[in-house]
Amino acid sequence: MQRHLISAADLTRDDAVLILDTAEEMARVADRPIKKLPTLRGRTIVNLFFEDSTRTRISFEAAEKRLSADVINFSAKGSSVSKGESLKDTAQTLEAMGVDAVVIRHGASGAPYRLATSGWIDAAVINAGDGTHQHPTQALLDAFTMRRRLIGRDAGLGQDLAGKRITLVGDVLHSRVARSNVDLLHTLGAEVTLVAPPTLVPVGVEQWPCEVSYDLDSTLPKSDAVMMLRVQRERMNAAFFPTEREYSRRYGLDGERMARMPEHAIVMHPGPMVRGMEITAEVADSDRCTVVEQVANGVSIRMAVLYLLLGGNEPAVSHARTAEEK
Amino acid sequence: MDTHADAQASEAPQAPQAPDAPASDARPVLEAPDIARVLTRIAHEIVERAKGADDVVLLGIPTRGVFLAQRLAAKLEQITDRPVPVGSLDITMYRDDLRMHPPRALARTEIPGDGIDGRLVVLVDDVLFSGRTIRAALDALNDIGRPRAVQLAVLVDRGHRELPIRADYVGKNLPTSLRETVKVQLAEEDGRDTVLLGAKPAAQ
Amino acid sequence: MSKTLIRGAKVLGGAPQDVLIDGQTIAEVGTGLSAEGAEVVEAGGKVLLPGLVDLHTHLREPGREDSETVLTGTRAAASGGYTAVFAMANTFPVADTAGVVEQVYRLGQQHGYCDVQPIGAVTIGLEGRKLAELGAMHESAAGVTVFSDDGKCVDDAVIMRRALEYVKAFGGVVAQHAQEPRLTEGAQMNEGVVSAELGLGGWPAVAEESIIARDVLLAEHVGSRVHICHLSTAGSVEIVRWAKSRGIQVTAEVTPHHLLLTDELVRSYDPVYKVNPPLRTERDVLALREALADGTIDIVATDHAPHPHEDKDCEWAAAAMGMVGLETALSVVQETMVETGLLDWAQVAERMSTKPAEIGRATGHGRPVSAGEPANLTLVDTAYRGAVDPAGFASRSRNTPYEGRELPGRVTHTWLRGKATLVDGKLT
Repeated sequence: MQRHLISAADLTRDDAVLILDTAEEMARVADRPIKKLPTLRGRTIVNLFFEDSTRTRISFEAAEKRLSADVINFSAKGSSVSKGESLKDTAQTLEAMGVDAVVIRHGASGAPYRLATSGWIDAAVINAGDGTHQHPTQALLDAFTMRRRLIGRDAGLGQDLAGKRITLVGDVLHSRVARSNVDLLHTLGAEVTLVAPPTLVPVGVEQWPCEVSYDLDSTLPKSDAVMMLRVQRERMNAAFFPTEREYSRRYGLDGERMARMPEHAIVMHPGPMVRGMEITAEVADSDRCTVVEQVANGVSIRMAVLYLLLGGNEPAVSHARTAEEK
Repeated sequence: MDTHADAQASEAPQAPQAPDAPASDARPVLEAPDIARVLTRIAHEIVERAKGADDVVLLGIPTRGVFLAQRLAAKLEQITDRPVPVGSLDITMYRDDLRMHPPRALARTEIPGDGIDGRLVVLVDDVLFSGRTIRAALDALNDIGRPRAVQLAVLVDRGHRELPIRADYVGKNLPTSLRETVKVQLAEEDGRDTVLLGAKPAAQ
Repeated sequence: MSKTLIRGAKVLGGAPQDVLIDGQTIAEVGTGLSAEGAEVVEAGGKVLLPGLVDLHTHLREPGREDSETVLTGTRAAASGGYTAVFAMANTFPVADTAGVVEQVYRLGQQHGYCDVQPIGAVTIGLEGRKLAELGAMHESAAGVTVFSDDGKCVDDAVIMRRALEYVKAFGGVVAQHAQEPRLTEGAQMNEGVVSAELGLGGWPAVAEESIIARDVLLAEHVGSRVHICHLSTAGSVEIVRWAKSRGIQVTAEVTPHHLLLTDELVRSYDPVYKVNPPLRTERDVLALREALADGTIDIVATDHAPHPHEDKDCEWAAAAMGMVGLETALSVVQETMVETGLLDWAQVAERMSTKPAEIGRATGHGRPVSAGEPANLTLVDTAYRGAVDPAGFASRSRNTPYEGRELPGRVTHTWLRGKATLVDGKLT
């Protein structure tokens, strides 16, 4: 029995809707005077972060603590890992301490999959972002945000995103957020379009369940949600695009472009934003931009995932792909 | 995904999972008119014991307790001519048997606008069995506020308590054996009102 | 001198014959042979081939004796039916001087399991900047004729041109590891559908093909011969085919793993499938098999690349590239080429013995199985089928992608100049 969340592609439509519905109930805990549930009392979860990511780490930590889990934070920086200890040894050390779940962020694509399938440990593995591969809880919180905004908090319960038109803009090539979102949004029935300069789209993208466009302006009027992906300035030096200015002009979202979007359409960003690069301050601070909401929703989604994977004697999420491979 | 909506099955942690469908030889012990009558009686008892019920908040325990709470609220309103706040309290994440089953889908917790602080909370459930659901509900209430007092109303008390918990308002006391199942069906969820007493499948 | 009579062996897969070894040479081939005092090996229908020759082996000594040594590597070679291996230059120190190549050569002679012919580095320290003393290595006791920076590409066009020209003086050949370095920065696997999904850095086919295209044109321009290591893409096949049609002196090798495995296996993120050049697509695999069958690709070479367990028991990006191959090569060729009807055993002998010996000028190897020839021989039980068990490997390393996979064929005997190095599947 698999007890892991490694890739958004592993989730069935029903799994994903269950997670979103559960997160909706978890969100209501945040409105209570005591924002805590006893559900994971006695479970130990380690946040194993080989890459710096304060926002993802504290989001998981908040979710774990609200569910009363015992939390251990392990940052690879300054630890034995930086002295050459392998992932395997680190994982086995944690396992020996009696850890029930490992939330792992790693710079190498596939590290969480390897951790979950190599037999090194028995604990459940939750992928908090691996290289340029996957970031499934990010995709789930994005889908959650879309469902709330585009369908409604209560009206959305039990619903997927069938027919919603979602546009992802920016550095798809280096983005685990894009990969996770394409997989999950497709599973949920949305129509996904990727918009990027051709240099920032991976070879092989033609097999992905989405459309690809190089033209932002023609895509915007047909979008219910537009997700801007972070573009790191150093990509410029590797000749992915000529200059920051040219990138912003062709693929950045400013007020004028936002006005071309349908009135109900929202602007999303996984953060951290590079203002002035992929998004202007005007857009980032507008009511249509859901960045802050996404952060809040992240805690609810992670509570839902933790509850559904660890709350019982076996996980409630079926994991189509990993099960097949067994 | 297993939603385990069947409250009565999950009331008895030691017992193996009872099937959602009642055994085919189940016989009705309460029919729709009986259910309506006992709810009316309970409503009157609440008004009497709460001296007018002006600070009562009804919280139903999902799934069927919520419908019973709503019906009780309507009857209380008829009696007192005032709306009675009614909500729901999902106890899933407070259960003491979480580790014995796959995680259950969560139901809605809906606390009426003015909250529960200083009020008389009447918990409403369909079947009182081991008492563990009510213990979980009391824990859940603790995280939500501080009521003046908490009372319990159930449609059926089938006995076999495992905790020192009793109901303040009981629709029907139904002495049962552990080999029997009690299944409450309500129109809102099941299309009809009835309480069925059946036998567990022999395989168990 | 000792005599061995191999009775009833299908020489090159033909009709059963007897082969009599007297001392270091084959004394007689025929039917109904008998010899007083000869040790008799009942071949019982097994296939007898000339001892296999591997033009591309990493023996790791000196420097990485934790993964392989000349002794363990040559024992693995004998186990796999090889009587000669060419040892790549990327050791520590690099085999870029006469001293290092002589050391490796002597170790091979001393252990006596398999002839070891060192390959010299093209450039000092494999750095691609200054030519190593190619002539000195050739004149050394090791008699180096094959030069390669394998592991790295000689990417500077001028250095490559000079090397191609220079080795003509003594009949050498440059074996190119074709990998355009800039196009493969951060490369982790074949660039395509699977890499896009897995988020692993892509190693595009064009990075190999562009170097091969350049090098065949350089070889044509300066009239030299060039050898292409581990050719892995359908596009590379087309370029080599074109070059050969123009009369360019190009030879090419393919590894067993590129004849069998595809990048779909990388979905497991198991680094046992991490290799350079990377596993490609089904389309490439089929093109490589066809090219090996029609002679566009001349030979099979193992690229036997041993790595210690810890270098593979980790996350993909941190893992070393390479697979061991000496002990499974013939089985993979039987599976992919013989059982598919693409090659018969005589053609296998040509591609795994005769031609590699020719390209590397390994005298005494790759010779016909006939009277008067050196008794370098391999006896193969082609009817055998079994799962690969790395625990039984003679190699010091276990990084095989075939663990548990059922493969046909098993080498039961190997003779190096008449001396049995492998008897009934056991090393002597």
